[in-house]
Amino acid sequence: MTDHLALSARGVQMEYRDRGTGKRLLAIEKVDLDVADGAFVSLLGPSGCGKSTFLKIVNGLILATAGEIKLHRVAKGREDAMVFQDASLFPWYSVLDNVAYGLVCAGVPRKEARLRAAPYIDLVGLQGFADKYPYQLSGGMQQRANLARALAVDSAILLMDEPFAALDAQTREVMQSELLRIWNAARKTVLFVTHQIDEAVYLSDRVVVMAARPGRVVADIKIDLPRPRALEVKRTPEFAAYEEQIWRLIQHDRVPSPLEQAP
Amino acid sequence: MTQRVTAAPASAFRTILPRVRRQRHPIVGWYRRNERVALSALGLVVFFAAWQIGADLGVIDPYFFSSPAAVLAAGFREVQLPRFWNDARISATELGVGSLAAVLLAVPLGIAIGWYRRISLTFDPWLNFFNALPRVALVPLVVLWAGLGVEMKTVIVFLGGFFSIILPTVEGVRTVERSLLDVSRSFRARERLIFTSLVIPGTLPFIASGMRVAVGRVLAGVIIAEFYAQTSGLGVMVKRSSETEQPDRMLFGVLIFTLLGLVLSEGVGSVERYLQRWRPSIDLEEAA
Repeated sequence: MTDHLALSARGVQMEYRDRGTGKRLLAIEKVDLDVADGAFVSLLGPSGCGKSTFLKIVNGLILATAGEIKLHRVAKGREDAMVFQDASLFPWYSVLDNVAYGLVCAGVPRKEARLRAAPYIDLVGLQGFADKYPYQLSGGMQQRANLARALAVDSAILLMDEPFAALDAQTREVMQSELLRIWNAARKTVLFVTHQIDEAVYLSDRVVVMAARPGRVVADIKIDLPRPRALEVKRTPEFAAYEEQIWRLIQHDRVPSPLEQAP
Repeated sequence: MTQRVTAAPASAFRTILPRVRRQRHPIVGWYRRNERVALSALGLVVFFAAWQIGADLGVIDPYFFSSPAAVLAAGFREVQLPRFWNDARISATELGVGSLAAVLLAVPLGIAIGWYRRISLTFDPWLNFFNALPRVALVPLVVLWAGLGVEMKTVIVFLGGFFSIILPTVEGVRTVERSLLDVSRSFRARERLIFTSLVIPGTLPFIASGMRVAVGRVLAGVIIAEFYAQTSGLGVMVKRSSETEQPDRMLFGVLIFTLLGLVLSEGVGSVERYLQRWRPSIDLEEAA
């Protein structure tokens, strides 16, 4: 790990024009964000806070309407790779071909791409499933393949868009600790989007809390929990204190429900 | 205070027992395993037997409906005639060339129309126009261009197949999974790779269902064209047999067309199964 920044965003803004009313909507308002090389940073917030949109802007899938993002250049290969919310695996490709897909997109010949992708199948714990098709995999295993596909291109930054949101609670916890194990082995910068407080605290060095309407950063909290973190850390008072602190931040921003407004 | 459990009256509970595997007679077991084949065969045998017996007893007028034995006999006479094989060859050529041309043109054009917005905007009115137009109405026009020979009949076959395939192909491209397109774009796939990895495989099920519809259309096309032109082909044999009051020979011709249809559907089906081996297979019995 070096001490340079992997990512630096300044004044990133995203504006939509509502087709019906013609009114302008600010999805993201002036977001500044620095991410140190090798850090694990989470973007946490309610739906509509623009956290996924910000991730897609970093990835280049959509273009911001203002501001700029700098990604630290790497000698070869991609700066960033995305792990998608739905596993988004190509159903007609085997697991191996899915994992190799990013490399094929980068112009690596298919045969070589398969050779280079194979170790990542082992890394994410999918040994023996290389020749299976996605429909033969459980949800958790599909997300492992999704992660392996992003890891295989060996980018400096890993962008993860609520990758465990669709999994059941047990599988999600397993995947969280697996992700830390893999992160430890691969030594990458991770920008992780989630709406789950315990997930963000458990995984991250820093939790960037966002609020909606307009999407903006409201807090940047450093998580000082020792690493490596076992899942047991979730049951410590320190962990609970972080959860409480973040919960209050989000609660504060929340629109009260009609039930609560009643006398 | 101690709680007393009173025995509930028997009627208070409905008891659900596990499935008991009964010892089956070997014949029943064999039938269970081969039920599909057995019932299909039974249906066919009963139908043909009833037809034959009905004709023999005079309940069914053989003058209009012939009988299975007569159709078979007519078929046996036919296959010994060089004219039959010449007709069959001509019909098969019209079907083959017309269908192949339909697939080879409809698939790439459909993909281009589905993918590129400007091509789509340009061609959409024409697709809608030709789709609404009953293609049979074009037969006299095609005759005007191409005469009464094999070429004209091949064009009619082509028209039947082409529109059955191009419309679902366009539809298939337009419904390509957005999330997968994001994956391709996110990894900076070149357009060529987007086609080969996503658009074409995603559209194949649509192309296949178009081809299944096309089987019926191309057969109808060849028959209509041959009836109309009356130059050569099995359609002519069917029409002449009807005009000369030979129902057995006519039905044999119909049978041959049916066989051609079965061969074509089976061909489309096996190509489809091969291309879609990545899909979970659903057994007919399980689905039922």
